[in-house]
Amino acid sequence: MSLLAEMNQKALKLGVPLSVHFDITYRCNERCVHCYLDHDDHGEMTTAEITDVLAQLADAGVFFLSLSGGEVLMRRDFFEIVERARQLLFNVKVKTNGVMIHEKEAARLRQLGVEQIQISVYSHRPEVHDAITKLPGSLKRTIRAIRFLKSQGLKVTIANVLMAGNFADQPGVIALARDLGVAYTLDPTITPKMDGDRSILALRIPGSELKQVFHNPELVGDVEEFCAPPPAPGEDIMEGFPCSAGHTGCYISPYGDVFPCVQFPLPSGNVRRQKFLDIWRHSSQLKEVRSIRAKDLTVCSGCAHVGTCTRCPGLAYMEGSMRGPSTADCEKSFQRTGIPSANMLRRTRADFAAPLIQIQSFASSTGNQPFSGEDSILPC
Amino acid sequence: MLDTPGRQIEMAEKYISRSSEIASRLLGGEVMIMSTADSTFFTLNEVASAIWQAADGCTPLSEIVADKICREFDVDREQAQRGAERFVDELSQHGILLVSDQPLWLAVESQ
Repeated sequence: MSLLAEMNQKALKLGVPLSVHFDITYRCNERCVHCYLDHDDHGEMTTAEITDVLAQLADAGVFFLSLSGGEVLMRRDFFEIVERARQLLFNVKVKTNGVMIHEKEAARLRQLGVEQIQISVYSHRPEVHDAITKLPGSLKRTIRAIRFLKSQGLKVTIANVLMAGNFADQPGVIALARDLGVAYTLDPTITPKMDGDRSILALRIPGSELKQVFHNPELVGDVEEFCAPPPAPGEDIMEGFPCSAGHTGCYISPYGDVFPCVQFPLPSGNVRRQKFLDIWRHSSQLKEVRSIRAKDLTVCSGCAHVGTCTRCPGLAYMEGSMRGPSTADCEKSFQRTGIPSANMLRRTRADFAAPLIQIQSFASSTGNQPFSGEDSILPC
Repeated sequence: MLDTPGRQIEMAEKYISRSSEIASRLLGGEVMIMSTADSTFFTLNEVASAIWQAADGCTPLSEIVADKICREFDVDREQAQRGAERFVDELSQHGILLVSDQPLWLAVESQ
């Protein structure tokens, strides 16, 4: 077990929130097609409020602090926040689009001792990247920022969100990362908007392309091992926790709302009304999240993939139940191993049980794009 | 410094201070540290954590050993001093602990 994994186990045992993802603003200078946020400012926390929360997080034992947004540099006090975070000895990771980072900003990030910068790049081609961000010239500015950050000796990772519209450019982004001398990570996860609008899920890559990703040794290493059928789950798996959300990590919004994870919109308290540690220790929502073991999952506990699936309880929550399946993760497990999940099999049976033909008058239908539904890309 | 009663060992005093190029946190009595320069991750046991927390740049290492280690942990002073020296050497090689033969604010002022 690595030292980090050991510390994580220790934090879990002690009930310490080792990691916090803190969105300090939802404002952004880009308008990415897949973004789940509302970019208007509905009353962000002030500098004083944020620095107070940072002190509370340090006291609570938080070590890994991800500052994200929105675009973090939209806040004029961004460097003041980072400076305070570093004085409190957090390991700070910054997520940004880089558009506002020039030589001076890169030097300041280095001086403050930010450990890692993650920058979103969607394509190596400006016409594709800029069409996704809806900001002309954004790829050029982002690449320029990466060069500035690299010249300061900072650790940079390109995060490549994969969608149907940019999937073909993924090898180009890998080559770009290599040319720039930075790390690369990809993420095929598209989540519903914060207001519940699920229309952007239509941007998800189809299963066949997900399969290509999971069978690419450049991305996953040992394909045979990565795509191996899941072993039968033992008692340790069934008694285990689905993920770290609410256990050793949580998410704080620019308005002070606390959630189990950035991808798990279960309101669990607000740091403007309560101390962070009170929320962390006593929130009934977080307690409920923590009470769930793999054996308690309504469908997944009987699934062959239960021990190896990337099931996201937040996505499951957005689908209707934090104890239920996350269809997107069922799809990932299926495309990785070729073995359908229990949820897929259940839904297939349900489909056959339903009437083979349904008739609805055109006037009563709510949408005019019958094939744009979120699940149209999923086989189940 | 005194090793055993009546025996004087001539040894240059050391002053230690934590680098600003680190992230660190106390977790269950043990300190975890990450170097922001190269992302190396360290965890310190309780004894090393006590030295780390006392590394204020102005308290001599021998005093830290006497006050924080020998008094708190059941350990022989000579053995504790040797262990502390090794620990300091190792962390200073990674650049996360600064070492000087004079108090570190004096070292900074004289630069």
